Amino acid sequence: MPRIAAIFCALFLAAAAALASAQQVTPERAASLEHLVVQDCGSCHGLTMKGGLGSPLTREAISHYDPDVLALVILDGVPGTAMPPWRPLLSEADALWIAEYLLEGDSK
Amino acid sequence: MKRMTLGLAAALMLAAAARADTTATGDLGLVIERTTGSVLLVDQSDRAALARIEGLGDLSHASLVYSPDERFAYVFGRDGGLTKIDIVKREIAGRVVQAGNAIGGAISDDGELVAVSNYEPGGVRVFDADTLDMVADFPTGSKTIGLVDVPGRKFVFTMWDSGETWIADMSGAEPRITKIPDMGKNPYDALVTANGRTYITGLFGEDGLTALDLWEQDPQPIRVLPGYGRGEQKMPVYKMPHLEGWALAGDEFVLPAVGHHEVLWVDARSLKETGRTRTHGQPVFAMARPDGRQVWVNFAHPENDTVQVIDTLTKQVIHEFKPGPAVLHMEFTPRGHEVWISVRDAGKIMIYDTHSFEKLREIDADSPSGIFFTARAHRTGL
Repeated sequence: MPRIAAIFCALFLAAAAALASAQQVTPERAASLEHLVVQDCGSCHGLTMKGGLGSPLTREAISHYDPDVLALVILDGVPGTAMPPWRPLLSEADALWIAEYLLEGDSK
Repeated sequence: MKRMTLGLAAALMLAAAARADTTATGDLGLVIERTTGSVLLVDQSDRAALARIEGLGDLSHASLVYSPDERFAYVFGRDGGLTKIDIVKREIAGRVVQAGNAIGGAISDDGELVAVSNYEPGGVRVFDADTLDMVADFPTGSKTIGLVDVPGRKFVFTMWDSGETWIADMSGAEPRITKIPDMGKNPYDALVTANGRTYITGLFGEDGLTALDLWEQDPQPIRVLPGYGRGEQKMPVYKMPHLEGWALAGDEFVLPAVGHHEVLWVDARSLKETGRTRTHGQPVFAMARPDGRQVWVNFAHPENDTVQVIDTLTKQVIHEFKPGPAVLHMEFTPRGHEVWISVRDAGKIMIYDTHSFEKLREIDADSPSGIFFTARAHRTGL
């Protein structure tokens, strides 16, 4: 069991390390990602990110997460909940950009 | 005597002036502008926008119901705001922020009570439709969805977390609650048939739906289409479907499948499956034209630029078109000759003839979502 946990942990770290940089996102792509966050993430998390069927994503609510971890949640979803994996629609750089965008909150 | 006559004449003139100002609301409607916290007052017959009313808060996932006289709308905002709009005066007539996070509402059959279902704090709160004073509070300890009105001054609602449905009977001096457990895992929305008899909740946590026969003394959960996606990989769900607008063609109705590219046909009496129609994407709304002859379907992100029309006799897709980016909602005129479609990212409401499929008009709107015509005032469950 500890070995499985270790493997999982290693995989997780490897995946996190493999994530691309948010810098790779062009300004045009960033604009469309911002639109996606407000409108489509907003369907579940609220337009102001205060939550709905999905958890709140305000800066206060998520500030204790690393951007890489949030990016993985975006890409792979949360099994057993309504959070879907966005990997079919978003690149790793996209997800990281969104994670950083959310962590910067209103200051952006 | 003369003074009295003058007084009478003045009174009559005032009355005449008031009559000249009368607004007929029967063909009006409101469109939610979700990002700007405003609603657009529209005229169905003129296919035009009349006015914008602002100051309604966070309107993501907002919906509304109408008073029986079609003068007032009660708008349910995401941020827990309950706003009463006077359509005649084109202004806000009252507003309370009744919870932290809300998901929809209903109005009682007599028009006296407005109920709101909330995520935070989870439960349902009931308000006096005149004053917006709270008259009842039903904490459920769960995100609460699928709130509808049913005949007899009752509301029915369901819990996302606990999978229970409650019936709140508001006809007596004290509310009476009937609890029905075991409706299924993670109910996400519900609808009631126009006669108020069959309540159906869709499940996110399992393939299937659960029905209640509200005419029964002691309604019990009836499983509908259990395991409808068996053997198929369920796809990621980027937008929860909505159950509203219920298609009856003869004795069948049609429902969106969750996580699959299809709509499901069910016999309304036996609740057994009678067919499936493959669709362009994951359906969000599957809405019947009021006569039941067609079902119009829109789709979840990223297939949300498309609408398909299904013929209810053949269950075949007879028309497909792309109104534009992010089709969020569709509303039929009460007799179904036209449909109004909100296309969020185009910033337009588009109006189509449902027989020729010809586009008749576009109306500018700011990120439009739900479209609600006043005729809903006279429909149970809407």
